[in-house]
Order: sequence, then C-alpha cells, then structure tokens
Amino acid sequence: MNHWLPIEWTMAVRFLREGRLQTIFIIGGISIGVGVIVFMSAMLAGLQANFIKRVLTSQPQIQLLSPDQIARPLRNAGGEIEDAVVQRPSQRVISIDQWPKIRAQMQAMPEVVTVSPTILGSVLAVRGDASRSVNLSGVEPDSYFKIVKVPDYIVAGEPRLTSEDIIIGTELAKDLGATVGDKLNIRAASGATRVLTISGIVDLGNKSVNQRVCYAALRTAQSLLGMIGGITTIDITVTDIYAAEDIAQRIQAANVVEADSWIKTNAQFFTAVQAQQNTNTLIRLFVGLSVAFGIAAVLIVSVIQRSKDIGILRAMGTSRAQVLRVFLVQGGLLGFVGSLFGAAMGAFALVYWHSVARQADGTELFPLILERSLFVYTALLATVTGILAAMAPAVRAAKLDPVVAIRG
Amino acid sequence: MADAILKLERVCKAYNVGLPTETEVLHDIDLELDHGEFLALIGPSGSGKSTLLNIVGLLDRPTSGRLSIKGHDTAALGDAEITRLRGHTIGFIFQYHLLISAFTARENVMMPMLVDRGFPAADIEARADRLLAQVGLAKFAGNLANNMSGGQQQRVAVARALAMEPDLVLADEPTGNLDTKSADAVFELMRQVNRDSGTSFLLVTHNMDLAQRCDRIIEVVDGRIRA
Repeated sequence: MNHWLPIEWTMAVRFLREGRLQTIFIIGGISIGVGVIVFMSAMLAGLQANFIKRVLTSQPQIQLLSPDQIARPLRNAGGEIEDAVVQRPSQRVISIDQWPKIRAQMQAMPEVVTVSPTILGSVLAVRGDASRSVNLSGVEPDSYFKIVKVPDYIVAGEPRLTSEDIIIGTELAKDLGATVGDKLNIRAASGATRVLTISGIVDLGNKSVNQRVCYAALRTAQSLLGMIGGITTIDITVTDIYAAEDIAQRIQAANVVEADSWIKTNAQFFTAVQAQQNTNTLIRLFVGLSVAFGIAAVLIVSVIQRSKDIGILRAMGTSRAQVLRVFLVQGGLLGFVGSLFGAAMGAFALVYWHSVARQADGTELFPLILERSLFVYTALLATVTGILAAMAPAVRAAKLDPVVAIRG
Repeated sequence: MADAILKLERVCKAYNVGLPTETEVLHDIDLELDHGEFLALIGPSGSGKSTLLNIVGLLDRPTSGRLSIKGHDTAALGDAEITRLRGHTIGFIFQYHLLISAFTARENVMMPMLVDRGFPAADIEARADRLLAQVGLAKFAGNLANNMSGGQQQRVAVARALAMEPDLVLADEPTGNLDTKSADAVFELMRQVNRDSGTSFLLVTHNMDLAQRCDRIIEVVDGRIRA
C-alpha cells in the first residue's frame, strides 16, 4: 500500500484491478472512443490547414478594388426623377484613386502583415501561330511573393520578374508550346505590344488558372495596359486569417475602395470548412457521450457487485463521502487510462493513414499535425467525462443503506 | 456494578410506518450491556435478533425509544456523527462475506484504521500485524481473503473488529458457517480478547453450547426479550 495515496484511491485501484475483465473491456471502449476523437481531430486539422494553406498562398487574404462605377438617376430641381430606368454602366478598368496613400495607411495597420499593389488586365499572349487570351498580373515581386507564394509553385525556371520577364502557367506554356527562355509577344486590347522572356513556369494547382495566369513586373504591366502609375488592386495579408472579413469591412468603411476578404470571395469553401468543423464537433460529442454511458454502466454494475463490500466499509466507519470518492476516482481513472491508450491508438492510426493517403500528384493529403495540446486536452476531457459519468453510480453507492447492502 | 456501555430503553422498530403494511418487529426492548460483559443473544429465526443487532450497531435507527452508547444518546446524532461513533466504538463480525476480497488479510485488518485516518501509516501496519499474530495468522498476513479458509477468514474478521480498540464487538452468528473445531477456536479467541482487553461482546448465535459459555443469555422471541 502506498503511504502517500489516500485510501479512497487505493480502494478504487483495487476494485478496478479485481474486476479485471470488466476493466479491460471498458478501457478498450474508452480507448477506441478517444482514439477516434484524436484521429479525426488531428486529421481534420491537418486537412483544413492544407486547404487553407493552398487557398491562402495562391490568393491575397484581402483585396482592395476601385469601387463599382454606378449611374445615378437624373433629377430635376424639385427632386423629380427625370429618367426612371437606370442602366448599369460598363466597368472601365480604372486605377484606385490615390493608391500610394491607401497603401501607406494599410501598412500602418497593426493587423496587416503585407501590402502589395497590383495591376490586372486581359491581354493576348502570342507565340508563332498560337495565341491565347490571358490574365496579366503586374506585381512588385518583393511584396507580392509574400502574399502569393509564386516561388513555391515554380515548376521550371525561376521566380524572376525584371521589366523584360514574364512568368506563365503550366497549361498556357503547353498550349503555346513555350518553355523557359522563350519569347512571348504580349498584346493589349489598346494595341500596345511588348515582347517578354519566359523566366518561370508556375503550377497553381488549378488547370483553368494555369491556362490563363501570367505575371509581369508592375511597370511592364502598367505600360502594356495603358495605366502608367496606376494600379487596379491592393493585395493584403493579415495576422489573423479568420478576422479578414472584419478587417476588410473596416477598411472599406474608412476608404473609397471596395474590400473583399478571402472569406467573402471563397464563401463556399469557408462554409465547407465550417461544416467540417461542426461535423467534427458533433462526432466528438456523441463519441464522448457513448464513452460516458459506457463508464456509467460499468460502474453501476460494479456498485451492485460490491454492495456487500460497501456495507461492510460503512459498518466499520467509512463515511458516505469516502464511498462517493471511491467511485468518482474509479470513473476518473478509467477515463484517464483510456485516454492514454486512446491517444496512442489515434496517433498511430494517424501516422499510418498519413503515410498511405496521398493526393493525385503523390504529395501528402494532409500535414501530420500532432500537437501536444490535443493530447493534454483529450486526456483532461476524458478524465472529467469519467468523473461526471461516475457521479450517478457513486451517489447510488454512497446512499446505500448498510443494512440492506450487507444483507445483499 | 460496572458502567453500561450500551443501554436500550423501550426501543421499538417498525417497518412501513404509516402504511397499511406497517409491521413492528421489536417491541419495547430494554437492555443493558456492561463494560467487559460477554452476552449471548439467542432466539428463533425471524424473532428480531438481527434487527436488534443492527440498531445496537448504529446501522439502523429505532422507530421509538432511546439508545445510548457510552452515555451518548444516539437519537440526537447526525449521519456523520453516527458513522464516526460507530467506527470508533463498535467492531463488527459478520456470518457471511467476512472480508473484502480485493485486499490481503493485513489490509483488511488495517481497513477500519485506514478509513479513520485516510492514509496508510507504519503504526497502522504494525498494529494489524500484532492483531493477526494475536489470532494466530501472522504468516497469512499477505494472503488475499479468497486464499484463506472460512475459519481463517473469520479469525481475520475478529482481528479487524478489534482494530480500533472498540468498547463493543457485535458478532452476528460468527461461527454459523464453520465446522465445530473452527467454531470453537473462533469463540475461544473472542472470549480471550474479552478477558484480556475488557471489550464487551454481543454475540448472536443459534448454538446453545456456545451461548451457555457466555456471561449472560438474552432470548428474543417475537420481537420481545423473554425474561
């Protein structure tokens, strides 16, 4: 007997040890439940991190645009509307008004990490007889590459953007039969033409994007699109990606720009992430409940089996509170030990699944994220669940009438 | 005359009080047990012996009447105080289910002291060993209860009943399940403890031979003490 262990703990351990088979089965059940929770939580966290990483490293978290050009109804002096039918005007590509000032303001915001001015426009990429309509992004590589990780997606060449360079998507390179070092003739709708050298080929993970994506230096694109000194968007990254929508709304309220967050522009994806989180929470809740009911069922049986022991203990001076503690400790121990085995099982299954499950391109389906906090949190939750589940059997044991208990 | 360790005055016990099925099983019991007395309680099955023992052992409460233990009127005591008084004053020896099977003989003897103090200690262990030696089971101290014979288990139960140095030991047919030789040995053990330490014993038995070797015999018939 351990001299530092309270007698209630010793009794709890002995009772669990004596009902060995019962204890092994319930610990097995708890372990499977906890294993499922650990496996699912870690895998979904990994999948989510992967998806979010893919989405957010190929697009800005907040994009500032010129506000929509709208037509106002003509009014007479008396407030009478002259023309009731207001047609939406065609949207000219225009520069964001006073964008250097807005950029400076954005850079001063504590929650903003990177700000990058960009010019976007449609051009024609021509090589020999082949031509394709493409989206040209004129960027400042130093800041833009911190937002969209173009260098990470380069599959050939290098992420170099001097005034003579262009980076194109893999599908576009295939369509044009071009490779790194080849020249491309870029023609804008205005008739402006420029010959640029392919410095890199990029794969952004989406075929239609790879067919149309082109990056050039900001000044090169400005000159091609006829907007010297102008830009069409300001791209931003923020410290908390989930606060992007709030920050975007604040920016929009304080400036004459339209601010779109990744949450708004990827509403469907964001809803899917939320649905996944909700599903995960529900699964954890129901697994937790079934574990709790399992513990409670085993302990209720144990109270019935041990009623004579409880009666004798009460006869020799054991208080109701001590009897209560004996069964609460049993519940807590079952939860804790089950969580240790369960966490190990979940982690093992996750490592195995991580090594087996691959994406079509052979890369990992999800990053292996096994945070210590997940295990600590799970063990704590399982122990508390065990104690709560033991409450009903423990109260029943404590309330046993010793006369009835001894008589059996 | 010696002081009374136990005093019952007009104690009644009824079940299903206030219901049509109300049954009174003990009627106006008056009983006194002195310090160091060894009393036999006899009577046919269903006469109310066990009910009386449960009331005396503070496991049950009388419906009416007064029960005093060492001068304390138990009617005024709450559940926690009753539990404490029981643990410190009364030792129990039962006929069935003698020991707690998850523990060794030594640990079973230590148990009343453990639940009183909360933690094991060297002096508790030493006292348990002394008591086991007293009942002749020193070398079985590490045996689990299930690995001992009925007679040995009952001797361990006697040692356990004495662990808190109680003033009163209540024994409910402690020899009822034992062969003659073991029954005699257990009875002699209790008698010797009674002589050596002055502990009072209240022994419920059907065995008239044993009853006649006690200081006094009380017979309970139909819930009343027969004079």
